[in-house]
Order: sequence, then structure tokens, then C-alpha cells
Amino acid sequence: MKLLEALMTGLTQGAMVALVALGYTMVYGVLKLINFAHSEVFMMGAYIGLFAILGLGGAGNPVIAGVAGTVIAMIGSSLIGITVERVAYRPLRGRGKGALTRITPLVTALGVSVLLQNLAQLLFSARFRPYPQLFTGTLHLPVVGGLSTSRAFILVASIVIMVGLELLVQRTWFGKAMRALSTNEEAARLMGIRTSRVIAMTFALGSSLAAIGAVLFCLDQSQAYPTMGVVIGTRAFVAAVLGGIGNIKGAMLGGLLIGVLGEMVKLTDYSGGVDVLVFVVLIVVLLLRPAGLLGTSRVEKV
Amino acid sequence: MAMISRRAFTLAAASLTVFTLGASGCTKNSDEIVVGAYLSLSGSDSTFGTDTKDGIELAVQEVNAAGGIKGKKVKVLYEDDKSTPQEASNKVRQLIDRDKVVALLGEVASSRSMAGGLIANTKKVPMVTPSSTAVEVTKDREWVFRTCFTDAQQGDVAARFVWETLKKKKVGLFYAAQDNYSSGLAQSFKDSFKKLGGEIVIDKGFQSKETNFTTYLNEIKGAKPEAIFVPIYYNDMVQVARQAKQADIPGTMFIGGDGWDSADLTEGAGAELEGAYFTNHYAPDVPWPNSAAFLKAFKGKYNHDPSSLSAQGYDAARLLFDAITRASEPTPAGIKAALEQTKDFQGATGTLTIDKEHNANKPIVVVQIKAKKFTYHSQLMSK
Repeated sequence: MKLLEALMTGLTQGAMVALVALGYTMVYGVLKLINFAHSEVFMMGAYIGLFAILGLGGAGNPVIAGVAGTVIAMIGSSLIGITVERVAYRPLRGRGKGALTRITPLVTALGVSVLLQNLAQLLFSARFRPYPQLFTGTLHLPVVGGLSTSRAFILVASIVIMVGLELLVQRTWFGKAMRALSTNEEAARLMGIRTSRVIAMTFALGSSLAAIGAVLFCLDQSQAYPTMGVVIGTRAFVAAVLGGIGNIKGAMLGGLLIGVLGEMVKLTDYSGGVDVLVFVVLIVVLLLRPAGLLGTSRVEKV
Repeated sequence: MAMISRRAFTLAAASLTVFTLGASGCTKNSDEIVVGAYLSLSGSDSTFGTDTKDGIELAVQEVNAAGGIKGKKVKVLYEDDKSTPQEASNKVRQLIDRDKVVALLGEVASSRSMAGGLIANTKKVPMVTPSSTAVEVTKDREWVFRTCFTDAQQGDVAARFVWETLKKKKVGLFYAAQDNYSSGLAQSFKDSFKKLGGEIVIDKGFQSKETNFTTYLNEIKGAKPEAIFVPIYYNDMVQVARQAKQADIPGTMFIGGDGWDSADLTEGAGAELEGAYFTNHYAPDVPWPNSAAFLKAFKGKYNHDPSSLSAQGYDAARLLFDAITRASEPTPAGIKAALEQTKDFQGATGTLTIDKEHNANKPIVVVQIKAKKFTYHSQLMSK
């Protein structure tokens, strides 16, 4: 009973981590860049969602405020994601030689992350801002017991989004372009794919997933504050690496695994050290499978 | 590359020179008593710093309106430590070496008071912290004083309150394991409560920055405690309270510490915490004569209720000014001697006496959350 409840909590927690992890993994897939600013896009999504939801009536008008607020947060975050890519990453693309092609954008990403975090502190102050409570009540399900409405919603919404994303990547033209780009950018361009546009779209998609994750996360269990991205960002990044960075299914699996593992640790006497175990698991997995659980290590052709 | 860095260096050197020149421009005026205050006016804990500053400003205004100290005006120089211990020690060094202050006020967070206190202690300038509760802040630091209670005193009072007033015998503990304040307070509560004969039925630590408390709360609920002691900060408490409600744990079960003291707590989870208690330095409606006067003066100046930090900042400043008045001469050594002799000082946060360890003996207030407001419940003397 206790185990089952923890398992359900872990799955919902993991589903949210997975939504953020997808952003890391998609950008890495197409650009081989670890976008450290992603956690800050998540944080910005939380703020935009908060202001939109409050502006639309908050708890007095839960359905419309919730849905419209999430959509506004998605649009806002996408714009931030696209801007970051346009301003900070694109000018660097194709410049520098050797190791520099990877390191320069990485350092830039760290810089953008610090910039966005400080910008948020300047604009919104360091105060913790609570979200209105749009979901109340608890569902009493057979077998698993009590599950709050917000968590049930998170679980369902995340599954729908992940299935949708998988279809998008596998079945649409855009998904095909993305996959082509990830295989070989040069060849994709030669085949007539407008790589810059696909990259911008990838950022937009990853950022809007982060925004959904942020709104769900805050509605369920957090306040919005400038450094909030760091907490979930680290876990999401670990989830992406654990599942095999660049692999979309891997990010989902990694997220769920981290969520469930975390909740299981909480039941033990070592409840204060959830992250210790998460990182131990990461190290063990990487020792056994350097490319992550579902990742494939390709031989780099020279 | 080389040229850019050389240019950058020249620029930095030039700006440094301008800065030093500007700084050395301020000279000491003998008609003034200059006190330094280092606070977190920006950064993650900026509300701590600004609230405290509001209290100090009010104290300065009152003292100067009454003619100053022995005919001299009091001037407080504020420095922002940006919520970091490193900056705290830099600013204290600056205040002492550059501005030649005779005494220091600050900080709120214990980590920064410890950093600043180290400098004050080596340079032999008395420092009064209004709100740092960690035991180590004044330990073996003969130049550092505090006007608030310590975590050990607070944990003990909370335990006595639960045992004697609420008459609960089985308590669960829930705290941030890696946070010194939270785990320290939980430990002192645990020690005192066991000594009284109580039972700790569950002892659960969580990781800092955790936001999902459901699994913990379900487990705590399963251990069937009569009350849950949760000595954590208000921002975490908002989430704990909301998720506790989802897990059907009533707000009346919760007991907290002074980390709960923020209007953000009642704004975010006032309804969920209806009936909860916490130990604190102050409540707007405490029945002490000076508190009412302070409340009125504060509201007159700022148009809102003071937080406990403002009240403590006010008290620390008033107590320091009182010591300067009593001191044989307004030098650091003279002020220190006068601070040590402080007895039955009438503050807005109660009557306090400075003890041998330079800590304050004063009443601790128990606050209850009623209709989303902090209301005075009772007071217990710290031992």
C-alpha cells in the first residue's frame, strides 16, 4: 500500500522530469549541444504561466485559466527558447575549429543560464510566488489508493504529450527533418532541409514542453522563484543522460526511473539524500552502458 | 588577445583608483556616532535585509529626534552583503577599516553573522546580531552579541509547549536534513522532548529544495503522531501544508519555528495551516507595552505591519544605542563593556538581559495561525 502510493507519486514526479528532459535531449540530438539554459526557460515558463493564470481569474476560473495559462506559457517559453538560439547559439554555429565547436556554445549556454536567472530576479524579485490552487480533492482509485487530482491529471497529460511527441518525430515531415539533421547536418542541408528553421522549431518544441512541465510542477508542488530551474533542471539533465542523451524514448524512461527511485529512497532512513542515490545510479549505468540505457554509441567518422 | 586583456586591466586599475579616491573622501565627523550595518539588501534573502533595515531606521530616527546620544547624532552606514558570507566579511572589514565605525549591527542569517563576526572579533569592534539563532554565532567570540534567542532555546521551548500546554505525547519530526537551522532545531526539540518523557514516533529528514512531500507525509501519517514538529522555512512550509491537506493531515497537527514567520506563509497556505502553532520572536499583538508603541510608530512610518525581523532590527539598534549611552566613552571597548551589563532592557520583542555567553534571555512567543493571521497565543521564558 505504502509502496504503491510511493510508486504512483514517483511516476507523476518522473513524468514531469521527463517533460523537461525531452528538451535537453532533443536539442542535443540535433545540435550536439547541452543547452544549460533550458532549466531557465523552464523557470520563465513557470512565471509566465503564473501571471497568465492569475490574470485570467486564477482559482475562481480554474478550467479556462489553467488551459489558457498553459498555452500562453508555452508560447512565451517558445519565444524565449527561439530567441536564445537566435542570439546566443546561431552566431557561433560553424565557427571555431576542433574542440572549440563544442566548448564555445557550451560556455555560452552557461552564460545564458546565469543571465536569465538574474533577469528573473531583477524582474520578479527573489520572492517565492505561490500558484493558485486549481486542482483540489483526491481521487480514490482501486488498488493504488489515494491520488490527488492534480497528480492524476499530470500523469494522463504527460503520457498523451509523450505519445504525441513520438508520433510527431516518427510520422511527420518535421520529425523526419529533425532526425535527418541529427544523423548528419551537412547531408541534411544538401538534401534541401532548411536546417536553421528546423533547429529553431526544435528549440520552440523543447521550450514549450518545459513550459507545460513548469506549469504542472507549480500547480502541484512548487512556487515560482528565480532559481527554481536548477532543482528540476539537474534531475532532468541526469534523466536525459541516464536514458541516453539524444534519444527521446530514453529521456522518458530516464525521467520515470529517477522519479520512482527518488520516492523509494524517501521511504528509507536515508530520506535526506535522494540525489545521492540518483547520482550513484547514474554513475553505475554509465559505467556499464556509457551511452545511457537506450543510447547507441556511434563511431565518429573522420 | 593580449591587447584586450591589457586594456581591460588598465580599465580595472583606473576604476579601482577612482573607487578608492571616492571612498577616502568621506571623513569622520566628531559630532556623529557612526555605526555600521551589514545586511542582505539584495540577493536571495533580500527581504531579510530590507525588513531589518526598516526597523533600524526607525530606531535611528527616534534616537536622533530625542536629541541623539549625549548630544551627538547617530549615523548608521548600511552595506549590502548580497546574501553571501564572503561579501559579509568584506563589508565588515570595509566598515571597520575605512569608515571607522564604533559598533556593528548585522546579520540575519547565521552563516553571514559568523563570517562578519569573525572579522569584528579579530578587529575588536562590538557587533550585535538581531536575528541569528545558531548557537555558534556568539560562541568563543567575546565581541559578538545577540538580541534574539538561540536554536537550542527555541527547540526546548517548542518541546515544553507541546508537552505542557498541548499535552501531546507522541510527536513526529520532519525537517530539511542538510540545513543547519532546520536539523539543529529538530535535534534540540528531540532532546528536550525525550527528557520530558515524550516519544518521537517518526524522524524524517528531506533533501533541501525538495518539493514533493507526499511520500514523506503519508509515512508520517502512518506512524500516527499527535503532533508534527516541522522546523523549516516558510517557502517549503507552503508546499508541505498544501500537500498535507491532500493527504488528509489537518493543519492543527503542525508545530513550527521562527522560520515560518513570513506573510507569504499565510498567503500561500493560510487555510491549510489553520490552528497551527509556531515559536517566534514576536507577534503583532503581543501584550507588551513597548510592542504596542513600536507597532504604532512602525505603521506610522511605513504603513504596514512590521515583520518579526523589523522588530528585532529595531530592538538590536535600540539596545546598542542604549549601551552607547551608558558607556563611559563611545569607543568599541567602552560599548562592549556596556553591552555586557545590559539588564532588563525593555524592547519591542520583550524584556531581555544579556547573559555571560552574550546571548539574550528573553521570552519566546508562541504564535497561532487563526483566520490566515498570526495571532499571539502565549509566551514561555527561555532557559
